[in-house]
Amino acid sequence: MKKPFELHADYQPESFEFTKANKKKVEKIIALYPKGRQQSAVMPMLDLAQRQVGEEGAKMDPPVGGWIPRAAMDTIAQMLGMPNIKVYEVASFYSMYNMAPVGKHLVQVCTTTPCWLNGSDDIVKSCKSHLGIGMNETTKDGKFTLMEVECLGACVNAPMVQINDDYYEDLTPETMKEVLDLLGEDMKPEVGSQKGRKASMALSGPTTLKETAKKAKVI
Amino acid sequence: MPKITINGKKIDVAPGTSILQAAEQLGIEIPRFCYHDKLSVPANCRMCLVEIEGGPPKPVASCAMACGEGMVVRTDSEVVKKARKGVMEMLLINHPLDCPICDQGGECDLQDQAMGYGFDRSRFAENKRAVPDKELGPLIKTVMTRCINCTRCVRFAEEIAGTPVLGQMNRGEDAEIGTFIDQLVQTELSGNLIDICPVGALTSKPYAFKARSWELRKTETIDVHDAVGSNIRIDARGREVMRVLPRLHEDVNEEWISDRTRFAYDGLNNQRIDRPYIRNKDSGKLVEATWDEAFDFIKTKLKGVKGEQMAALVGDLVELESIVALKDLLGKYASENMDCRTDGAQFDPAQRAGYLFNSTIAGIEEADAILIIGANPRWEAPLINARIRKTWMEKRIPIGVIGEAVDLTYPYHHAGTNMDDLVKLAKDYAKKVKAEKPLIIVGSGVFERTDGMAIHQALYDAAEKLGMIKEGWNGFNILHRAASRVGALDVGFVPGKKGKSFKEIVDGTKDGSIKALYLLGADEFPAHSEIGWKTFVIYQGHHGDHGAARADVILPGSAYSEKDGIYVNMEGRPQLAKRAVFPPGEAREDWKIIRALSAVLNKTLPYDTQAQLRSRIYEEWTHLENIDVVAQAQWKKFGKKGKTLKADFVNPVRNFYLTNAICRASDTMKACSESFVRQTQDVLEAAE
Repeated sequence: MKKPFELHADYQPESFEFTKANKKKVEKIIALYPKGRQQSAVMPMLDLAQRQVGEEGAKMDPPVGGWIPRAAMDTIAQMLGMPNIKVYEVASFYSMYNMAPVGKHLVQVCTTTPCWLNGSDDIVKSCKSHLGIGMNETTKDGKFTLMEVECLGACVNAPMVQINDDYYEDLTPETMKEVLDLLGEDMKPEVGSQKGRKASMALSGPTTLKETAKKAKVI
Repeated sequence: MPKITINGKKIDVAPGTSILQAAEQLGIEIPRFCYHDKLSVPANCRMCLVEIEGGPPKPVASCAMACGEGMVVRTDSEVVKKARKGVMEMLLINHPLDCPICDQGGECDLQDQAMGYGFDRSRFAENKRAVPDKELGPLIKTVMTRCINCTRCVRFAEEIAGTPVLGQMNRGEDAEIGTFIDQLVQTELSGNLIDICPVGALTSKPYAFKARSWELRKTETIDVHDAVGSNIRIDARGREVMRVLPRLHEDVNEEWISDRTRFAYDGLNNQRIDRPYIRNKDSGKLVEATWDEAFDFIKTKLKGVKGEQMAALVGDLVELESIVALKDLLGKYASENMDCRTDGAQFDPAQRAGYLFNSTIAGIEEADAILIIGANPRWEAPLINARIRKTWMEKRIPIGVIGEAVDLTYPYHHAGTNMDDLVKLAKDYAKKVKAEKPLIIVGSGVFERTDGMAIHQALYDAAEKLGMIKEGWNGFNILHRAASRVGALDVGFVPGKKGKSFKEIVDGTKDGSIKALYLLGADEFPAHSEIGWKTFVIYQGHHGDHGAARADVILPGSAYSEKDGIYVNMEGRPQLAKRAVFPPGEAREDWKIIRALSAVLNKTLPYDTQAQLRSRIYEEWTHLENIDVVAQAQWKKFGKKGKTLKADFVNPVRNFYLTNAICRASDTMKACSESFVRQTQDVLEAAE
């Protein structure tokens, strides 16, 4: 569950503007949709706004991850000629749009059935103890926010977490800590399976469709 | 034309008709929450499930499924019943069981349908969810925990009212209706949210905990707060009006009413004149009197006053009968000094087509181009504005405005601000305009200047040039603001050949040529400061407002809820208002007062009952006999040649919530004015 929107919070900036580079991207996004249907661009634009805030936030001290301020939603509504409320509706509906500031690394732990069967409870526990925070909380240094989410579609490699744009799979409490430690030191841990699997193949390599796998140069 | 069978009954329907609508035509009732025939179809409540034989292997939402050729539909099968019961159980999971303390109780869709599809107990052992209430202003009370997320209010605000500030936030269990940023719903139609809410989530704030729906006496009558003539139902208990609701009339107000119509009723209990008063000569104060004393006082005062020294003015809320009675009384004195246009408007009342809303209100929907001149229909007649918006939503017709550029809830081309701009526009567009049925809506405020007569003729010319008048189409419309106005104009309550108009009468009181003035509910001008102190002023009306403040003698009349009467709306549609409650104290019905006074003055009017008075009216003005029928007016030249001034048009209504004596006495309207109008003005001032 994401943090709810707070209208009068101190952190809400008064205004929002897309950067020059992003303005060009916005033009491209809007051009994707037929005339009179520009409102369809609301979702990619919200994502763009969130990324922009995240990029700017990464340089701040303490750092802030990507989220969507109210001013950004109003700006987007104005750009697309739609009522503000329609943008709020979209932004509040989808769990991937953050309505309140998050840490630089947003740790989203999957706790749906397949991950849970494979020990997601332990992953949650190790995150909590290692970061010293509970669910929906942010560490004091602003680096991590912990969040519980529903299925992210990587059940074959359960248990898994999503941190910002990357999936970390086949986790154990130990590898989870390693990943968090590396991120905390601003290093980039290897994404994907932490057991060394390729995609969702068996550890020992493919057991079937070997020729196809060779052709595709996965092994 | 698809043929469809519902429960064994066959019916031909128009293409695109939904199963729910087809069932309605057959008289088969399908339960629903989210579906509303004036709003778009979201199909999210799932209550209207039906089974289609040979169709999908699951029940189908009938509101969103169009009829197909040869469809066989069952609305009463076991599958349907089970499915609807499931939906009802799901809706009731989070609905509080607070019907005993809910204002919607007794007239609640959910309550009614739970009787048909609900279980007698709940299988839900978990905690119910609670949703924080929202602040929507002084009119609407919210208990959001009761909300079933049908989104009718969201769609109403967006589609009908044109103020998209409501929305559905979050998702799943956390889904809730709100404005997200604590905004008020800034619309003159907000009260209708209460009607369309199928549960008790949105209820009336002024009516909260006041009464239960089944203990109220219901009277079907006509509204007087604007010139639309909205059909309303007054719910009363004892002598008190408890609330006002709309009635369906597709040609007038559809099923909406404005907030003034709905919420100004508390003004009927405040500031009332409930007994006659006579102004004491020495102290200058109004002293209570009996009817006999008041009549005797008038008799002595009128002794020796000649006909041409008498004048009468009627106000905005007066019904037709007393206007005619007063006109007849003046006729007995051979006085022609009378006027109903107490706003000071000057136009030519000789031609009926010159002051009617000729296209009719429903006719707006046929228009393919609209030009609004010197009016803010949103404040002068919100339901006219809703019609224009409806037409724009359906056909995206071009709309132009000459006058103040205000927010009308739909986009328009601002073509200018004064008369010259109109003449220019008429010249430019006379040949270019392609519209088949163009429409022009002129605010009655444009005539409230010295060049009113000339403007009237210029408008006639413009209407001709712009092709407003055709075989079977008259697009020339005057937007009146007063419920009594068109009726008074129809019966000729205007200065006769030698008579004086409103302005001349007021001036006459100052120079002494008018010695006696009869004000029949005339409250829309500051009588206290404008009428000369030497003139003897009789005020007959129901509220202690502008008129009573200046009166030398006050005769207590009755408000629109307290008398039977005919009101003619801006289209020229006569409608019957019915008495819902009795007037307070010694107040009487207005025509009776005039009739009684006439006897005291030895000028007895020739009718003893309202029926006799009405047949007197129907005899002279035959078109008024057909109640609820609009008599089309003949198109003939009107106005007077003259020079029009360059001045910009000014919208006459500056505060929607305080436009007549009843509103000004209403606490609810004052609160609205405070939170809606003041706030907007503050914002505007800050912006400047």
